[in-house]
Amino acid sequence: MNGFSNSIAENVRRSINIILVILQKEFLQIFRNRGMLPIIFIMPFIQLLILSNAATFDVKNVPFHLQDLDRSSLSAKLAERFTGSGYFMLTGESFTGDQAIRELVARRADLVLVIPRDFERDLMTSGSAAVQLLINAEDGFSAGVIQGYTGQIIADFNREHQFPPQVAAGTVVPEIRIKSSAWYNPELNYTHYMVPGILVILVTLIGLFLSGMNVVREKEIGTIDQINVTPVKRYQFITGKLLPFWIIGLGELTLGLLIARLVFHVPMLGSYWLIYLVASVYLLVVLGMGLLISTVTETQQQAMFIAWFFMVIFTLMSGLFTAIESMPHWAQTLTLFNPVRHFVDIMRRVMLKGSGLADIARPLLILLACAAVMLALAVNRYRKVSA
Amino acid sequence: MTSFRAFVLKEFYHIFRDRRTAVILFGMPVLQLLLFGFAIRNEISEVKLGICDLSHDHVTRAITGKLLSTATFVARINLQSPLEIGPAFASGEINEAVVFEPGFAARLQRDGAADMQVITDGSDPNVSRIVNGYTASVIQDYLREQSGDAPPAGVVAVPVMLFNPELRSVYLFVPGLMALILMLVSALMTSISITREKESGTMEVLLVSSLRPAEIILGKVVPYMLLAFINVLTILALAFLVFGVPCRGSVVLLILESLLFIVTALSLGIFISTITDSQQAAMMISLGGLLLPTILLSGFIFPVASMPLPLQVFSNIIPAKWYLIIVRAIMLKGAGFSYFWQETLVLVFMTVILMTASVRKFSERLQ
Repeated sequence: MNGFSNSIAENVRRSINIILVILQKEFLQIFRNRGMLPIIFIMPFIQLLILSNAATFDVKNVPFHLQDLDRSSLSAKLAERFTGSGYFMLTGESFTGDQAIRELVARRADLVLVIPRDFERDLMTSGSAAVQLLINAEDGFSAGVIQGYTGQIIADFNREHQFPPQVAAGTVVPEIRIKSSAWYNPELNYTHYMVPGILVILVTLIGLFLSGMNVVREKEIGTIDQINVTPVKRYQFITGKLLPFWIIGLGELTLGLLIARLVFHVPMLGSYWLIYLVASVYLLVVLGMGLLISTVTETQQQAMFIAWFFMVIFTLMSGLFTAIESMPHWAQTLTLFNPVRHFVDIMRRVMLKGSGLADIARPLLILLACAAVMLALAVNRYRKVSA
Repeated sequence: MTSFRAFVLKEFYHIFRDRRTAVILFGMPVLQLLLFGFAIRNEISEVKLGICDLSHDHVTRAITGKLLSTATFVARINLQSPLEIGPAFASGEINEAVVFEPGFAARLQRDGAADMQVITDGSDPNVSRIVNGYTASVIQDYLREQSGDAPPAGVVAVPVMLFNPELRSVYLFVPGLMALILMLVSALMTSISITREKESGTMEVLLVSSLRPAEIILGKVVPYMLLAFINVLTILALAFLVFGVPCRGSVVLLILESLLFIVTALSLGIFISTITDSQQAAMMISLGGLLLPTILLSGFIFPVASMPLPLQVFSNIIPAKWYLIIVRAIMLKGAGFSYFWQETLVLVFMTVILMTASVRKFSERLQ
């Protein structure tokens, strides 16, 4: 009996030893490759620092062209409201319709304000006058925002100059006072929203590409056969292959969270433990997928194409840049199979809203299921015989 | 010249010998354009609205009904007290909560004013801002209906949405996807092809052959240029036929500019391969290094003009930014060459610099 349990302990010890040896080999290989080190450990963070500022739907500094055909004191006042609003930058003035279109086509203006002749006279006599706004709507979203800005400016102008002349005294215009507030991020700061998501993408990129190229590289240079003839077992080999990238992935996440905290001052309302719990499951999904890609391909080139294909899909369908809610229904359903979507969602909710384990149980369960499926497939596909 | 031709042929064989890669090369861009063209939108819809009605009268019911009748809001969730708002936000059940004060209709009648609260989930600033605006305009509409439509007075703006009157985001995203797909496919393909020769040692064979460095590089570019060109044609055909993106300018010009962009991307790939030693490093740089910057800094989704100034300056080195300006000008604005010769020149300039640098690097190895 004693001998039996001893032999089990012996087996476990030997197995752990083998895994440790493979681990050591992998780490040696990673750190020996001087060309790769900056790519793994520096490039992601430079991107995080730079790109987090780029992702903003704010519309600012709109180039603005003015056509004041009336040249009266009122038209000048209206034009002044536009230039003084802070949203628009006056880039030129002209007096013919053709010129306005040319300015729009040449990107020297995204908004043209046309104040027609007799603007002031109409306003004084009939109490109403029209102005034309030519808006560059290539980007429909920004065009909507620009229209919103102009609406505000004109409403302010009307109020200040008492247009329309006050409604006959005595009638009370009912008013609903709206108190607006945005929770969790009252200043509507975009970087707080983007940094957690971009961090997820970077961790995924590194994890997926490194694990995706790893086994196939050994295939290409032939060293896989050398490992195949050793008594190393399948699970030992795979554990030894994945563990280093899992550790690197968590390390990158830690550095990224530090940058989020210290540089971007992203709040952390939830718990770091929860983030790490989810991340450790999530990395299994990513690494399992990389390994699966690696086992079904023959060359690093093929592996990269497939990894790239999924990476682009995962990134654009993750709700990171455009809201999931605005996708058509079939696309929304597809995103349920996208692990990146769930991790981005969880990161944002835990960091910005302080969601707890119960709140994120559903996406976490989906991630767990993904991890199980991916790892099972990858282990199953990996054979110790070369084709 | 014959040795050069043989070299180009060899490259072709390399590409097509590997069926799987060939299928991926042609199929992937098509699949991606189709998927994203349909799925990626930035119109906000289906906002989940939570209603906390402490008054339950005809006015609050009317306003609630009006909010839910727009396409923007769905899934009314009734909240019994404002205390339920927090948990509903945390679990992601709602994006916006509206609170009516008790006795809403009565106060509106008696005092001429009533209070309501609109709370949005600021963790998504974009949705938050827009949803807030929608809510306010729905309530303005309600009040206007109640008071009877008055004739317009004061300054009235007549907006004209040029180039894209229906404000369709497909018009914005399809050109962006073209740039993204072409950039990554081209840079990836060439960066791999040269580093592979380095890794497998066949580069030494090429270097001692009668081919000059410039010829080797050209020989690498030509086959991939043809491949990418086929990709351009399929992508453009899809853009017109499936997504109905108009081409108001010259199609020939559009194709020529796309070719130029491909050459720029290919030379970027070649440059990457000359500064790296392994396929791994080359791929990590051309994918890991290009994916996010191309999405974020090209104006694909986020307007460049709104970014902080240093980023606007930095975005100038992203080739996709210039290509995107050109493509949108041709397709949507129907502009002629005189409107974007400067952008074209920038792409030419980038290509020349990258090519020269690559040939230099190459010649160095020879000595």
